[in-house]
Amino acid sequence: MIELPNTSRRKFLRNIGYISVGFPLLSSCFAEQEQKITARENFDGNLPGSMRNASAVNAWLQVLEDGRVLIYSGKVELGQGIRMAICQVAAEELDLELDQVDVHLAETGVTPDEGYTAGSGSVPNSAMSVRYAAATARQKLLEMTSEKLNTPVENLIFYDGMVKTKTGNQSLNFAEILNGAQIDMEVTKPIPVKVSSGYRYVGKLIPRKDIPKMVRGEEVYIQDLRFPGMVHARVLRPPSYKAKLGSIDFSGLSTAVAGVLKTHVNGSFVGVITEREYQAVKAVNYLNRTAKWEVETALSSEKDLFDHLKSIAEAPQSIRNDGDFDSISAENKTFKARYTKPYLMHGSIGPACGIALYDGEILHVWSHSQGIYPMRRALSAMLKMDENKIHVISVPGAGCFGHSTADDASADAAILALEYPGKHVRVQWSRQDEHTWEPYGTAMIMEMEASLDKSGKISAWKSDIWTDSHSMRPDSDPATLIDARYLENPVQLRGRGYLGGGHRNADPYYPIPNLQVNAHFFDGPLRISSLRSLGSYANIFAIESFMDELASKAGKDPIDFRIAHLQDERAIATLKKIKELTQAETLKEGEGIGFAFSRYKNNTAYCTVAAKVNVDPKSGKVVIQKMWGVGDVGQIINLDGIKNQFEGGMIQAASWTLMEQVNFTSDAISSQDWYDYPIFRFPDIPEVEVHMIDRPEEKAEGGGEVSMPPTGAAIANAVYQAVGKRVYDLPITSEKVLG
Amino acid sequence: MPKYNLQINGSQKTVETESDTPLLYVLRDYLELNGPKFGCGLSQCGACMVLVDGVAETSCTTPIAAVRDSKITTLEGLADRNGNLHPVQEAFIEEQAAQCGYCLNGMVMASVSLLQENPNPTLAEIKAGLELNLCRCSAQSRIIKAVERAAKNL
Repeated sequence: MIELPNTSRRKFLRNIGYISVGFPLLSSCFAEQEQKITARENFDGNLPGSMRNASAVNAWLQVLEDGRVLIYSGKVELGQGIRMAICQVAAEELDLELDQVDVHLAETGVTPDEGYTAGSGSVPNSAMSVRYAAATARQKLLEMTSEKLNTPVENLIFYDGMVKTKTGNQSLNFAEILNGAQIDMEVTKPIPVKVSSGYRYVGKLIPRKDIPKMVRGEEVYIQDLRFPGMVHARVLRPPSYKAKLGSIDFSGLSTAVAGVLKTHVNGSFVGVITEREYQAVKAVNYLNRTAKWEVETALSSEKDLFDHLKSIAEAPQSIRNDGDFDSISAENKTFKARYTKPYLMHGSIGPACGIALYDGEILHVWSHSQGIYPMRRALSAMLKMDENKIHVISVPGAGCFGHSTADDASADAAILALEYPGKHVRVQWSRQDEHTWEPYGTAMIMEMEASLDKSGKISAWKSDIWTDSHSMRPDSDPATLIDARYLENPVQLRGRGYLGGGHRNADPYYPIPNLQVNAHFFDGPLRISSLRSLGSYANIFAIESFMDELASKAGKDPIDFRIAHLQDERAIATLKKIKELTQAETLKEGEGIGFAFSRYKNNTAYCTVAAKVNVDPKSGKVVIQKMWGVGDVGQIINLDGIKNQFEGGMIQAASWTLMEQVNFTSDAISSQDWYDYPIFRFPDIPEVEVHMIDRPEEKAEGGGEVSMPPTGAAIANAVYQAVGKRVYDLPITSEKVLG
Repeated sequence: MPKYNLQINGSQKTVETESDTPLLYVLRDYLELNGPKFGCGLSQCGACMVLVDGVAETSCTTPIAAVRDSKITTLEGLADRNGNLHPVQEAFIEEQAAQCGYCLNGMVMASVSLLQENPNPTLAEIKAGLELNLCRCSAQSRIIKAVERAAKNL
């Protein structure tokens, strides 16, 4: 056991504004609770990856002075409701009220390093680590109480933060049991976890605690943080990726704009610090007019984008090669189709914000980054500053849907804070900077080829995928932060990041005896990184569009055709359910229903989507009338949270599918705001119905990205059913429907 | 620098700022309100909406000098004197109509304004009433349910 002075961490926490002071109600009636104590079973499976670097109970859990529990998680809140999910799991294992659990999300030096909050991994990693740490803590607390009260464990009751003898004459809260210490034992298997039949919170509809704060306009986001003496800053971005600063004239700035405190130029990085926020906006507008840039033509022509991408691709890499595709396809008639997806934007509603304070020794950074520890490594490399001198605190921002611009705004703030020590420097990005500098989801080409046997089953399949990287997230390579590419000694990217995201879900989940998957990687013209569901959205758009075409060639119903190719009962169950949900629908002229299925990453959660569309024969306009989603994420932690994620994923993917495409010229990105890059508005929103299949006995999977991949194909298939037009190139615009 | 006397959430506030400072920056940076959010600065997304004389408007492009005689209500000013939330705010909690919640301010303000003008809107009228407001997390189907619920409870 480590002796921790009880006040130190609380003081630290209070300073950064995370602790809520107050005492819970512990006086509920014990007689009633005795009946609720549920059985436990030993967990002996694999521990989550997050526990590799954080295997002790107190890395995840601390008992506060008042007996309540503070949970530490290295994940960040992105609007996916992870704080609530973690709270539910901890309260469940420790038999606490939800109010007796606080959750402290990512902060360097305080919470475990859990890498990025991404890939639908927060529940399987962080929430499950908390489950095992909490279950271990419960066991330890029982044993300690047994010793203290000289009572066998079987004669103890453990409920609502108290451990009590069954006779009722002695009781202790967690803090009294530990007497100032914390539980530092390793989490080792087997772990006695609660059986799912006895859950109070897990799998239930539990309202999030942060929504009431949001509706009241309380401080929730990084944009809301205000520190005494805080100053504001903006950064002047170059007009295009390869522009260099020629000259800049600051002479008239202070006359034109009030409140200018400092300007800072380092290579092609130009920052300006002001007293008030709008003064920084005006200062940057002024400097935009005086700055002279040397602009190189940087981008290839958008018109021939896909030909260009093919021309710059490397030799293909074999990703899968089962059976003998070449022989089977040579002997049989094959069907082929080519699909494309343009560059897509994250399009966060809140442009990035970063706040930093250099106190002369430590650089403190407040960030809505998805990975504060990896970002710290990038900052350390860019600033040539010891990692231990950088302290990063995660604060929610607006939803980002992948690697967006949060890290870049933190880098801006860090550079300027070092130039202006002793003050909190807040950098707010503009909408235009957000649209033109964010790392997009890459454009892709998917070529499919398949043959059917005499019984109408797929005997051979080949997927060829052309793709850029799907993750250039900040880590030890400083050039993952864009500022590093524009400083006086600029650095360029050393690596290509995570290429594997490009062929995620490129191999159909349907068992096919002769299967080839090849990846053709390119280093494309636009800045790219991870966008929600990575390559899966495009690959499933292609595979599931092609499945409908093959079903039609085989003369089969699209759902039956898929079921005939599946062996996994969980997958089949989602298809059967969607059939049941949609079979009563009647279709008028110009209407169609389409279906698509995927299992995310081919090894996590399942989703089948149905879309009902109406296509106007004259204008070609596609209106989605309704979407249905059936999901199976294994064990459900928060039913409303997962439904919210599925609904949002389907609507966002529908917006990608019908409307979205990043446009650019040879000089610059031309999608600069919401008029140039339209996304769904309310009149475009269909009715959405999500049905979850709960499987408490199965592993809990995340759901943030699961519903997006099948949505695109379901819409394309519905358009085909409605008007007989197959659109292969996203987005499915009126022109393509008519063309 | 000119001084402006403003009527914000039922009380008088005096702010000394440049005449071209948009209302949004006055509310957030000078008056330290969190409700209205910066989203685009172009009146394209609705995140910064406030009620100007009872009608929802974006605040990011309106210079402070243009609203000196108007009554401004922000998200913080919707609750009644006893702190009871407005039925629209209640409905957003009940429907859990948010993911990240960054757009929520504009959604609530636009809905309050819509329901004042049209207490029983149809689905199409709700969609039209919220057309300016963007939500990238795509919680719109829940937001629609929240407006329908609020209409019943008003």
